[in-house]
Amino acid sequence: MEVVFQKPQALTEARLSYCPGCSHGLIHRLVAEVIDELGVRERTVGVCPVGCSVFAYENFDCDMIQASHGRAPAVATGVKRTVPEAVVFTYQGDGDLIAIGTTEIVHAAARGELITVIFVNNAVYGMTRGQIAPTTLPGQPTTTCPEGRNPRLEGNPIRVCELLSSLQGPAYIARVAVCAPKYVIRAKRSIKKAFQTQLEGKGLSLVEVLSSCPSFWGMTPVEAMHWVEEHMIPYYPLGEFVGGKD
Amino acid sequence: MPEKLLMKGNEAVAQGAIDAGCTHFFGYPITPQNQICEYMSVHLRAAGGVFLQAESEISAINMTYGVAAAGGRVMTSSSGPGIALKQEGLSYLIGAELPCLVVNMVRGGPGLGNIAAAQSDYWLATRGGGHGDGHIIVYAPATVQELYDLPHMAFDLADKYRNPTMILGDAILGQMMEPVEMRGRRQEPLPEKPWTTTGAKGRPRNIVNSLRIEPPELEQHCRKLEAKYQQIAATGTLWDEYGADDPEVLVTAYGTSARVCRSAVSQALEAGIRARLLRPISLFPFPSARLRELAEQAGKVLVVEMSLGQFLEDVRLAVEGRVPIRFHGRTGGMVPTPEDVLGEIRAAVEGT
Repeated sequence: MEVVFQKPQALTEARLSYCPGCSHGLIHRLVAEVIDELGVRERTVGVCPVGCSVFAYENFDCDMIQASHGRAPAVATGVKRTVPEAVVFTYQGDGDLIAIGTTEIVHAAARGELITVIFVNNAVYGMTRGQIAPTTLPGQPTTTCPEGRNPRLEGNPIRVCELLSSLQGPAYIARVAVCAPKYVIRAKRSIKKAFQTQLEGKGLSLVEVLSSCPSFWGMTPVEAMHWVEEHMIPYYPLGEFVGGKD
Repeated sequence: MPEKLLMKGNEAVAQGAIDAGCTHFFGYPITPQNQICEYMSVHLRAAGGVFLQAESEISAINMTYGVAAAGGRVMTSSSGPGIALKQEGLSYLIGAELPCLVVNMVRGGPGLGNIAAAQSDYWLATRGGGHGDGHIIVYAPATVQELYDLPHMAFDLADKYRNPTMILGDAILGQMMEPVEMRGRRQEPLPEKPWTTTGAKGRPRNIVNSLRIEPPELEQHCRKLEAKYQQIAATGTLWDEYGADDPEVLVTAYGTSARVCRSAVSQALEAGIRARLLRPISLFPFPSARLRELAEQAGKVLVVEMSLGQFLEDVRLAVEGRVPIRFHGRTGGMVPTPEDVLGEIRAAVEGT
């Protein structure tokens, strides 16, 4: 009998801790499949954040480090500059990466650290139950902006790919989504390119994955997937911002 | 014949770390320790190590965390405001049981304070290492030679017990120049570390983590750390003594204050006062037992420090109220004088 689908080797047997309809599970699988396909599982060191994916050290079957909030790019810098042959990735949410972690990602990117950053953008703080994030959309209600994000009070959301593209250190920056199969296929391609960028020693690689949070958007899983397509993609355009031509 | 060089304190601690096998250094400019970063940027690189000026003290302690997890022998340095920023990172290092060396060349505080010498980060060092139950091992040099020697001890202890360590200096010690006997680069290989995250080839995967979401598990982990500190206290408590064998007054101080006290005690001895100086070198673990013994023998204690009374608290805890304690403190960058300390010694003995 032919095996057409199986759990990647780079994922453990441990149960995932995410909500039904959360994109983390899907994204974990894509990252793990890429690690398997590139044959680098035994060289990989992952750095997981503070946020819903804090427990990712239970799920990726490789050496894992749990980092303090926002600091994964600095931790990853330390690892890569100690074991240059390791394949080092960070896995971070929107609060982790671009609220408290802004300094670390900007400088790791500016230095062109040879790490791969998987940035999961679901426009809200999930683990702490639904507060405003730097990527929350104007008008989107959260527990700390119940009337909806008001640009006059809370400013406008940050487009991370565009921001980091102004730097010279990044060699691959892409934004993808996983809200429908056609997007999932392209997302995996980008994630693979990102890891290949690291293997080829070209510079920092980052993939922003537009993701769902049905629990704290107050939607069903299916409604949440539609919301990503209808509301997030127009604000956060998909594409390759740096390194797409290779 | 070991080489002897006249060195500045900041350079001595950096060279000491390099000779002890330091592989990585991350720093950020802040007076009065900038020479540590500058020295490392040239000499650590020349020795084949990795130097990076980080974008902040927070980034530096987190780079330190990454190197420690991956098995490197890593150091970072700063002064008060920057050490305050590092507290969360230190707590993670403690919780994840990672080794490293942090150097604090203390300046006047609180806030921006000033760039003169102080000892007002004692609480930050001994009660710090961030939030939660845990400690960093703290050493207090009083000479440039000790600034050179202590990194060897600190790194070895950090590796053996998997815990961060700190060298607590100050602006004066950092800038002063004294002769240093060099021991040359460490020849033995660094200890094996099977728990590091380097890529899980040929072994089960390793996880470096301080999260223990179930309370019974976290309590068990904290008790394990507690046992570690008790072991370190049993074998690694360090101090120095000077003065009369049968003291009538015990003087206690560390670092620069201890240098001043040594002069004062010298003069006291010449004047026929039986003074003895106990100078802690490890601040955590603290030489409580010996201090209590000498305090009881002398019948009175004089504490001298460059703060309003932080080290004083640990002296009080050690003495347990058994004998009177006198305190002479200067702060904000002011340094006690031997004359003033001698005056306090006389007053202690005369009971005034």
